[in-house]
Amino acid sequence: MTNDGRKQQAAGSRQQAVELFLPSPFFDSFAAIRLLPAAYFFHFSFVWGLGVKIPIRYNLGSLWARRIGTLMAVLGIGFTVSIIVSMMALVRGLDATFVETGHDNNLVIIRQGSQNEVNSYFSRDVYPTVRFLPGVAKDSDGEPLVVGDSVVVINHTRKDGASSNITVRGTSDIGYLLRPEVKITQGRRIRPGLREINVSQSLSGRFQNLALGEKIHFARSDWTVVGIFDAGGAAYDSEIWADYGEVCQDWDRPVYSSILLKAENASAAADIRKRIVDDQRINLQAIPQKKYYADQTSTSAGLKALGVFIALVMGIGASFAAMNMMYGAVMSRSKEVGTLRAIGFRRRHILGSFLMESVLLGLAGGILGCLMALPMNGIRAGTANFQTFSEVLFNFRITPGILFWGLLFSVVVGTLGGFLPARRASHTKLIDILKE
Amino acid sequence: MNEPLIAMKGLTKTYRRDSVEITVLRGIELQVFQGDFISLMGPSGSGKSTLLNIIAGIDRPSAGELRVVDADINSMSEDDLATWRNRHVGFVFQHFNLIPVLTAFGNVELPLLLTSLSKKERREHVMTALNLVGLTDRADHYPRQLSGGEEQRVAIARAIVTDPTFVLADEPTGDLDAESAEEVLKVLAGLNSQFHKTIILVTHDPRAAAYASIRHYLNKGVLVQKDKVPVSA
Repeated sequence: MTNDGRKQQAAGSRQQAVELFLPSPFFDSFAAIRLLPAAYFFHFSFVWGLGVKIPIRYNLGSLWARRIGTLMAVLGIGFTVSIIVSMMALVRGLDATFVETGHDNNLVIIRQGSQNEVNSYFSRDVYPTVRFLPGVAKDSDGEPLVVGDSVVVINHTRKDGASSNITVRGTSDIGYLLRPEVKITQGRRIRPGLREINVSQSLSGRFQNLALGEKIHFARSDWTVVGIFDAGGAAYDSEIWADYGEVCQDWDRPVYSSILLKAENASAAADIRKRIVDDQRINLQAIPQKKYYADQTSTSAGLKALGVFIALVMGIGASFAAMNMMYGAVMSRSKEVGTLRAIGFRRRHILGSFLMESVLLGLAGGILGCLMALPMNGIRAGTANFQTFSEVLFNFRITPGILFWGLLFSVVVGTLGGFLPARRASHTKLIDILKE
Repeated sequence: MNEPLIAMKGLTKTYRRDSVEITVLRGIELQVFQGDFISLMGPSGSGKSTLLNIIAGIDRPSAGELRVVDADINSMSEDDLATWRNRHVGFVFQHFNLIPVLTAFGNVELPLLLTSLSKKERREHVMTALNLVGLTDRADHYPRQLSGGEEQRVAIARAIVTDPTFVLADEPTGDLDAESAEEVLKVLAGLNSQFHKTIILVTHDPRAAAYASIRHYLNKGVLVQKDKVPVSA
């Protein structure tokens, strides 16, 4: 492997680790991994450094003494965190569907100017040119690992009665070879020359008439489901696969939407890309397969923005829940505050103690919220891909990073909500407190 | 001659309520020496508690001179006053003011958390203080599990646990029945007679005041009388 190849592989592994740990909607930078523990450290140091003198058992006991109010605040923060964690899990799952699709050294070739396979088409005459480019990998029989696909969109009815678009990929045996993550779990692979389809397990469970053995009508024919496949969460889990020739015939569209090829290595892939782009006759572009699918994540852009907005709005609401609880606590414990200050505790000790209490409140809500959101992990859902106008299926994905961010969010909410009440407790004149 | 622990001259305190000025203390002159057991008596509104709060650094005089433990506490910041109070003042409140979610041990330990004592040393100090008030067997009980007299004794233990320079008690028997009140007053008297603790007791109850060796009378903010009597047994 060349140096470039090694660097790319290392970057890929690092990227995988980053994506596992980070909620990519909000922080995609590798450096952000170091932010999380630093954020917790500085936050707790700030609160801890103010008022560690008053024992924590005072705060815990006080929260328990007003347990109805504590429970209400914890539930409020908990529901907020559960929604935010679920939103992050949704966007993470959606991103993962695209980001985890593809293999190193694979190239997706589409028409120049097209954004994706659905709105790309080019003549089949190009195929031999591409097939025999130097650097294309070959199978054990010496055949180039290149496949041309025709990608179309059909409209079909879901089990809930609503209709949605589905991507249909006309491909061939090499298409299965180049996409080893697609595994037939029931039935068998399609045979060439027949109106047969393989359907993803996800689509089969979501749409009508897509179970094994059933027939559906699209284009001009009835197509039989002869096999169900599982693509392990990749983008193909949102597709129906059929024979390339049969798709061309039924749609009367003898063209390619895309060509997928495997290069021998990273530098061969770079060389092939350059040759394709430089060849003005064929008017094509070659995109690394992983990049091609990663670029499809514009579908989640709107959801990411919505997620940030929801997080902000609900965070503010949750802060008010914490603030309300803490104001009540401060008002009902003014005598205790006066006593502590008369004994000799300074204002910052009181401030820190009440802040710590609201942080504990927030943290309790955060833990509850994460627990409530956990059942969402792995749940299958679908949304519209705004690039291909078809349904894209994904799993909600709750990662350790998402849970950490959810907890940090709850801690920040608790701090923000508790600051003003804590300041009131610490800065009211002592003589006024004792006279109350 | 000993220097007084507390010395005030021409001390005046005035409050403003809306547009009305209310003078609570007028030209107070008072000296308190180490080992004194002083009572401050007077009707409601005479300024007793105000005077106590000023001595404790909780309130500030409007005019006059005040030196407590040889420090001009009037010029100290809030934070410095808090540290000073922890070192020099043990405060006993009328309504006990115990923290309900802490045990008797936890309440008495509170002032020690501001010192540099180790956990073991703090424990020793707390148990000593509880022993002085006769409540070592109630250390793990919460205030709700104690009687009024026991709560006030825990409050006294908290007030003396740091061995402060003086103890200020604001109507410590105000919320107690006669028997409990006597228990508490005997504890205070014992601290004075056995340990020469300086105590200033604010009360309107002549029976409580009888435990003190020096009795001051306040009326409408003016010290009108001072009696020095032998301490009754």
